[in-house]
Amino acid sequence: MDKIQIGTSINGEAVEFLCEPQQSLLEVLRDTLGRTGTKEGCSTGDCGACSVLMDGRLVCACLVLAAEAGGHEITTIEGLATDAGLHPIQQKFLEHAALQCGICTPGLIVATKALLDRHPDPDETTIRYWLAGNLCRCTGYDKIIRAVQDAARSLAHPA
Amino acid sequence: MTGFAYHAPTSVAETLALLGDHARAGRRAQVLAGGTDVLVQLRGVDRTPRALVDIKGLAEVNRLHVGADHVFIGAAIPSAHLNENAELARLYPGLMEAADLIGSTQIQGRASVGGNLCNASPAGDTIPALIAVGARCVIATASGTRELPVEAFVTGVGRNALVSGELLLGLSLPRPGAATADAYLRFTPRTEMDIAVAGCGVSVTLDAGGVCTAARVGIGAVAPTALLVEAAAAALVGTRLDEAALNAAGAACSSAASPITDKRGTADYRRKVVGVLCRRAVGIARDRVLAHRA
Ligand code: FES
Ligand code: FES
Repeated sequence: MDKIQIGTSINGEAVEFLCEPQQSLLEVLRDTLGRTGTKEGCSTGDCGACSVLMDGRLVCACLVLAAEAGGHEITTIEGLATDAGLHPIQQKFLEHAALQCGICTPGLIVATKALLDRHPDPDETTIRYWLAGNLCRCTGYDKIIRAVQDAARSLAHPA
Repeated sequence: MTGFAYHAPTSVAETLALLGDHARAGRRAQVLAGGTDVLVQLRGVDRTPRALVDIKGLAEVNRLHVGADHVFIGAAIPSAHLNENAELARLYPGLMEAADLIGSTQIQGRASVGGNLCNASPAGDTIPALIAVGARCVIATASGTRELPVEAFVTGVGRNALVSGELLLGLSLPRPGAATADAYLRFTPRTEMDIAVAGCGVSVTLDAGGVCTAARVGIGAVAPTALLVEAAAAALVGTRLDEAALNAAGAACSSAASPITDKRGTADYRRKVVGVLCRRAVGIARDRVLAHRA
């Protein structure tokens, strides 16, 4: 089968890849491009482990065809930390022990970034509804919510 | 053809030609908008190879236009975009509530109202809400366009009225005046990330004296397709939407329902709940009209 050539931007960097028509963006990110920070839980849009931003909009990479990514800007978990250190959301997840096995964590952090980009000061209900599509089997959600609240504070008032 | 293919046409004409070519050659082609149903089906119940025709590059299916008499909502606009639109939230709070109930934040970033309709699930939340506001499907055909009311578009579980070579361009909604408001309620065991056990969308118009002069009621998840319940509307028109009228409308919904029993609820339970949802939704829509006047 003829592969499709796609040009996209991933974490600010121009990236070209070849994919098959039915391949998901998640498969290409992990298996073709070796960016394994984005996780696979269900591949049916239920768990949020594969959350990435597409043109700033939160989506499940398992429900986007790789071919659909052409011409769009993708942000993955690998795009959050800088040379200066972890992103404040990552830092707060660590400080609040908002992870155990860590499989859900990249998706939760990317989803949190999308939330705080739009709503810098969300109340707890907003946070819980926004993150309802990110399932965590280990940690329990309270620590995650505390980490998100603290991340919102630290982004609003950088130390 | 045995493999998959991906096409991203850039015009309606090109899309129809592609769909027509595949149909004539006996090859399977499926229209792709947000993909939140199509890709899930592709990974599970129906893995057969097909051509995926991505319509998101078409201007018409991304068009959102609020006109003096009608509002056009392109078939592929993601629900997140609709929900962020303050004018739509003001004109159609019920429809936007329904769109906002579907899936997670991630799903809403891709899923479209047009896709929810074409997927034709009995429990699709936007379908009864679209029926309530009197939405019509605008369909591109080989010879032009045709329109169909939403209640006639869904023909069965997972089936719609599109014939081969046709494409849903979008939905045309009558623009409500200040005397009209809609509401949508569904029942689910939890508040988020769930599928309706029953749903009810309503739209009511009140005259200056508070008498209901027009109403539409749509019910979902209680029959193979969402239904327009004319008897419920008839029970409301001419009343002040008092307790007796609400009860009569609810009873009409319950008797129009022909639900199944499954893990989400028994048939009897669904029949009862859809009547309760109707009563409450009418109350909300009425209060919305009155709030316009306050
Ligand atoms: S892997 Fe995409 S939502 Fe679970
Ligand atoms: S930390 Fe294991 S799933 Fe969330």
